[in-house]
Amino acid sequence: MTDLSYDKSLHLKELIPQSEIDEIDCWIKKYPNDRKRPPIMPALKVVQENNGNYLTTEMMQAVAEYLDVPHVAVYEVATFYSMFNLDKMGRHVLSVCTNLSCSLRGADKVVEHLQNRLNIKLGETTKDGLFSIKEVECMAACGGAPMLEVDKIYHENLTEEKIDQILSEMAAKDLPTQEDK
Amino acid sequence: MGKVNIEIDGKQLTADVGSMIIEVADEADIYIPRFCYHKKLSVAANCRMCMVDVSSLPKAVPACATPVADGMVIQTQSDRAIDAQKSVMEFLLINHPLDCPVCDQGGECELQDLSVGYGEDVSRYVEGKRVVKDKNLGPLISTDMTRCIHCTRCVRFGQEVVGIRELGATGRGEHIEIGTYIESTMDSEVSANIIDLCPVGALTAKPSRYKARAWELRESPSIAPHDCLGSNVNIHHRRGEIIRVVPRENESINEVWLSDRDRFSYQALTEGKRLLKPKIKKNGTWQETDWQTALNFAVAEMKRIIGVSKGEEFGTIVGNNSTLEESFLIQKLIRGTGCNNIDFRTRRRDFSKDQYSGVRAGFNFPLQDLDTMDATLLIAGDIRHEQPLAALRVRKSTGFGRAMAINPFDGEYNFRLYQEIQPEPHLLAQEFACVLAAAAQKQPDKINAEIKDWIEGITFTEQHAIIVDELINGEQSCILMGVYVQEHPQAEVVNWIAEQVARLTDSKWGYMTQGCNAAGNKMAGAVPNQSEFGGRATPGKNAKQMLTEGLKGYLIHNCEPDVESLWADQALANLQNAECVIALTSYEDGRVSDYSTVMLPIAGSYETSGTYVNVEGRWQSFSAAVPAPGESRPAWKVLRVLGNLLDTSGFDYESSVQIRDELKEKQENSRDKKESRKTPPELHAASEEETKRDSLGLYMVDPMVRRANALQQTSKASTHPISISRVTT
Ligand code: SF4
Ligand code: FES
Ligand code: FES
Repeated sequence: MTDLSYDKSLHLKELIPQSEIDEIDCWIKKYPNDRKRPPIMPALKVVQENNGNYLTTEMMQAVAEYLDVPHVAVYEVATFYSMFNLDKMGRHVLSVCTNLSCSLRGADKVVEHLQNRLNIKLGETTKDGLFSIKEVECMAACGGAPMLEVDKIYHENLTEEKIDQILSEMAAKDLPTQEDK
Repeated sequence: MGKVNIEIDGKQLTADVGSMIIEVADEADIYIPRFCYHKKLSVAANCRMCMVDVSSLPKAVPACATPVADGMVIQTQSDRAIDAQKSVMEFLLINHPLDCPVCDQGGECELQDLSVGYGEDVSRYVEGKRVVKDKNLGPLISTDMTRCIHCTRCVRFGQEVVGIRELGATGRGEHIEIGTYIESTMDSEVSANIIDLCPVGALTAKPSRYKARAWELRESPSIAPHDCLGSNVNIHHRRGEIIRVVPRENESINEVWLSDRDRFSYQALTEGKRLLKPKIKKNGTWQETDWQTALNFAVAEMKRIIGVSKGEEFGTIVGNNSTLEESFLIQKLIRGTGCNNIDFRTRRRDFSKDQYSGVRAGFNFPLQDLDTMDATLLIAGDIRHEQPLAALRVRKSTGFGRAMAINPFDGEYNFRLYQEIQPEPHLLAQEFACVLAAAAQKQPDKINAEIKDWIEGITFTEQHAIIVDELINGEQSCILMGVYVQEHPQAEVVNWIAEQVARLTDSKWGYMTQGCNAAGNKMAGAVPNQSEFGGRATPGKNAKQMLTEGLKGYLIHNCEPDVESLWADQALANLQNAECVIALTSYEDGRVSDYSTVMLPIAGSYETSGTYVNVEGRWQSFSAAVPAPGESRPAWKVLRVLGNLLDTSGFDYESSVQIRDELKEKQENSRDKKESRKTPPELHAASEEETKRDSLGLYMVDPMVRRANALQQTSKASTHPISISRVTT
C-alpha cells in the first residue's frame, strides 16, 4: 500500500540541527505557497554553512526532498552559483572574479600570481588545507577591478604586492589556531 | 478573445491577442527559424534563432517571445532580421562540433539545415571547441552531449509534459551541461520523445543508431498496437526493413508524442526470432513444411476434434492486438464449423453480462477532452503504465482541475492527487458504492427507486462526499476506469456504479481496455455469446473456461495465453495436454513451440493491413508498411484460406479493405442496441484470492512487446509496478 505518511522532510532533519531547519522554514514562509523553488538558494546556503562550507550530493538531495522539488532542480542551482562549493574547501577561500571588468583589468594576472604563490591550480586546495582558490563571476565590485574575496571581505584594485600582503596576513592570523600542524 | 491585425512579410493577418509572432507565422506558413521554441512547450527564448524585425522596435526581437500587437509590421527576411539570425548562428556554431558525417541526426538536423541557410562557410573562431562528457541515459536514448545547443526542450518536456523532471541544465556559461548530474537513467515511459524534440544530434535513438540515413528511409503511416488509444505512427523503413517508428501528429489522440512502448516495440519484428515457414511437430520434433501441407494438417485436426466433440472440445483464443478483420474472419470460420468457443478476453473474470449482446466503445466522450477536465476520478487505474499518453492528458488537466483516485494498488502518478482512497482489492466495488451513496444523497431528485434500493444501508464518509462534490461542481468531469477494473470479478458492478455516478454527477465515463483493439474484437464478434455487431450466436465457452477446463484442441491467434492470461499456469498445462494446438504466430521462440502442434507464420504489426478500433470507437485502418519476412502471410489471408478449406462459406475476400467495408456496412445497419443495464448487478463479496493483481507490466502486454530487446533492458521492464507516488515539479 502507498505509504502516504512517508515524510520526505526527514532526511534533511537528520542531517542538520533543528535551529537550521527553523531558519530554512523561515525562508520558505517568505514565498508563496505554491512556489517551491525560490527557497532552494537560501536553504542551500544554510546547509552549506552548517557543513563546513561545502555541499554533498546527499545534502542536495535532502534539500530537494525537504522542499518537494526534483533533485535536479537543486543540482542546477548549486552548480550555477559560484558561492556553492561542491568539494571540501580550504579554511580560507580566495574567490577571484574573472568576469568582464576584472578580466579587462588583469584578473588573469591575479590568478596566475595566486597559483604560483600557493602552488595550486584554480579550483584546488593547498595540501595543508588552508587555502583554496576559485573563479567566481562578477561580485558587483567592478569599480575596484580586479578584485578577490576572502572570507567575506572584498579586496580591490589588486596588485601582486597587495596579494602577497593578504596572503601573509591570513597565514599569520592562522598560526596560533593551527591544530593540524 | 480579442483579435489584432498584423502584417508579416507583407501578408495581412489577424491573430489572437496574446499569441506570439512565431505562432501566427506558423499558422500562416511563414517560416521563422527556431531551436528552443516548440508549440507544445513553454517559451524559453534562449536560443535567439527566431529573431525578426518589427518595424516599431529599434532592434530585432525573438519571435517566440514577442506577443503580437495591433498594427505590428514584421519582416522575417529584412537585413536586420537576417543579420541577427546570422549572428546567432555564428554564435551557436562556436562550440558545436563539425561531426555531421558521423552524426545520426545528419540529414534531419535542424541545426544542419539552418546553418546551410544562415551560417558562414568558414568560422572566424580559432579557439578549441568545448567537449562535454556523454551521459548514460539508459538503453533507449544515446547521447552526444558535445552537440547540445542548450535549447532546453528536453528539460522542459520532462518538467512540463511528463511531470517527472530527470534532466536539468547544470553549470553555468560555457560549463553548462544537460544531464541528470549524478548518473541515472531516464525512467519515464515516454522518455524517448526527447529524441524527436532535440533539434540536434545530442539525443538520438539508441536502437536505430547508425542503422540508416534519414534520406534513405521511406515513410508509411500506421497505428501503434499496444494500448487502447491507437497512437498514430509513421514507420520508417528501408528496403523492406523497419528502421524506426516515430509519432505521426494527431491532435485528438497522441498529439505529437509517442510512448516508448509504441516507439521501440518494432524491434521484435526486426530482431525477434521470427517464424519464417509453417511447421508441423512430428514425434516431438519440428519439421518445416509448405503452407498447403500445414493448412491441410490443421484443417484435418480441427475437423476431427470438432466433429467428435460437436464443437465442445475445441477452443479459439484471439490475441488482444488482432485486427478487426482478423477477429471477424476467425469467429466466422470457427462458428462456421459448428464450434462456439471463441474469446479474446483472457484477462476477464466477470462474465455476468455476457448474455446481453451489445457493442460499444469504452468512452462516451472524446479522448481529447481529458485535457480540460475540472475533475477526474480514476478507478483502479495505473494510467501511466497502461496508457502513457492518456496520463499526459490527465496531467494537463491537473494544471487547473483536480484528479482523484480510488485505487487498491500503489499508484505511480505523474500528477498530484487531490483525494486518494486505497481500498482492499476485493472491496473495490464496495468502496466505489460509497461514492454512489454520496452522489445519491446530493442529487436526490435524480435517483430512481432502483438506485435507492441498491444503496440501502451503504454509508459514506467525508472523503466520498468530497469526491462527489468535485464531480458535480466541475464544469467538465469524468470517471476513468483502469484496465484492472475489467479484470476484477465485479467488473460489471463497478461499471454499473460508474455509469450511475456519472449520471448523477453529470460526468462522463470511460473504460480503458487491455490491448489496442478490445473494442474492435468485440465488434467483430470474437466473444462467446455474440457474432459481429451483437449478432446472435449460440453461446460457447469463454476464455476462462477454455483455458482452465482444458480442451482437446486449441486455435490461438497472435497470443500467448500461458503468459498473458489471468490463468497463465493452468493455461500452460492445458495447452501442453491438448491433442492439437494450432498457433498463428509471428515468433517461434517462447513456449509456443513447446505446446503447439502446428505453427503458421503470420505477418506482424506493420506488416499487414487492417483496422484497429480504439477506446473511443474510432476506426483506424492502415496498410502494410513492409512485407512480412519469409513465408509468413498476413493473418487475414491465412484465415481466408483456412475458411475455404474448412468448407465454410463466405470467405472470398480479395482484400482486407473489402472485409472492413462489409463490417462498416454491418455496423451502420446494426441498430444501436442499448446494453441492458436495467437490473443493477448484485454487490456480493469477492474473494481475496480472486482479486489478486497479476499485472502484466508495462513491457509485457503482448507477444511483440515481450520480444523488444531495448524495452526489456529498461528499468521499467523489471520494476513494475512501483510503489510510492512521486510528483515533484
Ligand atoms: S540535448 Fe538536445 S533538446 Fe536537450 S538542450 Fe541539448 S540540444 Fe536541446
Ligand atoms: S567583473 Fe569582477 S567584480 Fe564585476
Ligand atoms: S526559438 Fe525563439 S529564442 Fe529560441
